Amino acid sequence: MDYKDLKPGKMELLVLGTGCPKCKALDKAVNELVAELDLQANVRKVEDIMEIMQFGVMRTPALVVNGKVVVSGRIPNKTELTSFLTR
Amino acid sequence: MSLVKTPLLSASDVLKKNKRIRLIAAISLVLPALLLLYYFLVPIADFFIYELFGLTSGTHLAESLHFFIYDTLKILILLFLISSLMGVVNAYFPVERLRVYLATKKMYGLQYLFASFFGAVTPFCSCSSIPLFIGFVNGGIPLGVTFSFLITSPLVNEVAVAMFLGLFGVKATLIYAGSGILLGALGGFFLGKLKLDRYLSDWVKQIQTNSAQVSQQWEAEKTAFIDRLPGIISEGWNIVRKVLVYVLIGIAIGAAMHGFVPENFFTGYLSADKWYAVPLAVILAVPMYANAAGIVPVIQVFVAKGVPLGTAIAFMMAVVGLSLPEATLLKKVMTWKLIGIFFGTISVFIVLLGYLFNLIL
Repeated sequence: MDYKDLKPGKMELLVLGTGCPKCKALDKAVNELVAELDLQANVRKVEDIMEIMQFGVMRTPALVVNGKVVVSGRIPNKTELTSFLTR
Repeated sequence: MSLVKTPLLSASDVLKKNKRIRLIAAISLVLPALLLLYYFLVPIADFFIYELFGLTSGTHLAESLHFFIYDTLKILILLFLISSLMGVVNAYFPVERLRVYLATKKMYGLQYLFASFFGAVTPFCSCSSIPLFIGFVNGGIPLGVTFSFLITSPLVNEVAVAMFLGLFGVKATLIYAGSGILLGALGGFFLGKLKLDRYLSDWVKQIQTNSAQVSQQWEAEKTAFIDRLPGIISEGWNIVRKVLVYVLIGIAIGAAMHGFVPENFFTGYLSADKWYAVPLAVILAVPMYANAAGIVPVIQVFVAKGVPLGTAIAFMMAVVGLSLPEATLLKKVMTWKLIGIFFGTISVFIVLLGYLFNLIL
């Protein structure tokens, strides 16, 4: 991933998942929270397995915040998710 | 626990504490209630059939309905409890550590058993199987060990275990899970000996050659167990909800057969002394894509009406362990040839296992 062209302060959020129901649920939760908290963020769902594997994730769904895997293998609850997105 | 006096609790801490207390209270009420319900299922089913519906004991309809109500409730309770339990295990299962362990330690063949066991305790989600497969390959774990995981992952899962436990009892469940794990270990060992690495997809081969002993760690889990519990339990409940319709259909078919198909109906065609019964059951099962939840109640009736347990277990394993949707998923990481070898090997092993059980059980 290339982050150079991003504006400073703008978060890059990737939801990793091959398309299972849980991955979709995480994607939805992240998008809703970004809207609710009015965050400056790009949210992208990564479904390509090769790209997912670049993050070394073995369990999907996973959430990547600015290139760093913060959670993998489960859907975090709202409190957790908020803490991931607001620090 | 620190001995330092904590400052006054903030408002959010109080809220969190209240939430925890409510959770513990809810669990200590619901869990005994479920266990009580489980314990008194027969009288409850009896009450519904004979008192409420006023059916006469011994009729086909009464028997079928009794089977339906009793088994549905029993299986749903088991399914919920086992799924939640598996969720807890899984939440704390150190996958990354296991990967490093499998890749670095010399274990004289035990690594196949470990990988196979790991496949059994991870909740089966086809979408997680492939990332785990790649993760293993990427971590420098031999292909055979990776296959062990891949075989057991769909074969022994929480739904199959709960269904077996509810319909066949503890002994058959242990046999099913134990032999499934053994099958994964032996199958992986055998496939590893065949040196099949050249039949992986090109990009996976590339990953394999570039594999490093990854020990990359991301932030450790900080959330406390008690705060993760609601998520785990609701996940367990989700599994129940997702398979509910299959359970109902399977049990309905099973119940109908139970009451109306004559005793020993299948004995003539599928008994243990017919050599072709086991291979036939496996061949019939491979193209069948049925949920474990839907297929076990039907198999239970087969067994009750004279099909030997070994044949039934072989059939069940072939249905859940080998499926066309799984083959399509595997296509992302393997060539068709490798998928063929993979499926062929497991089929042969399942057939052998079926014969073995028919002999000893």
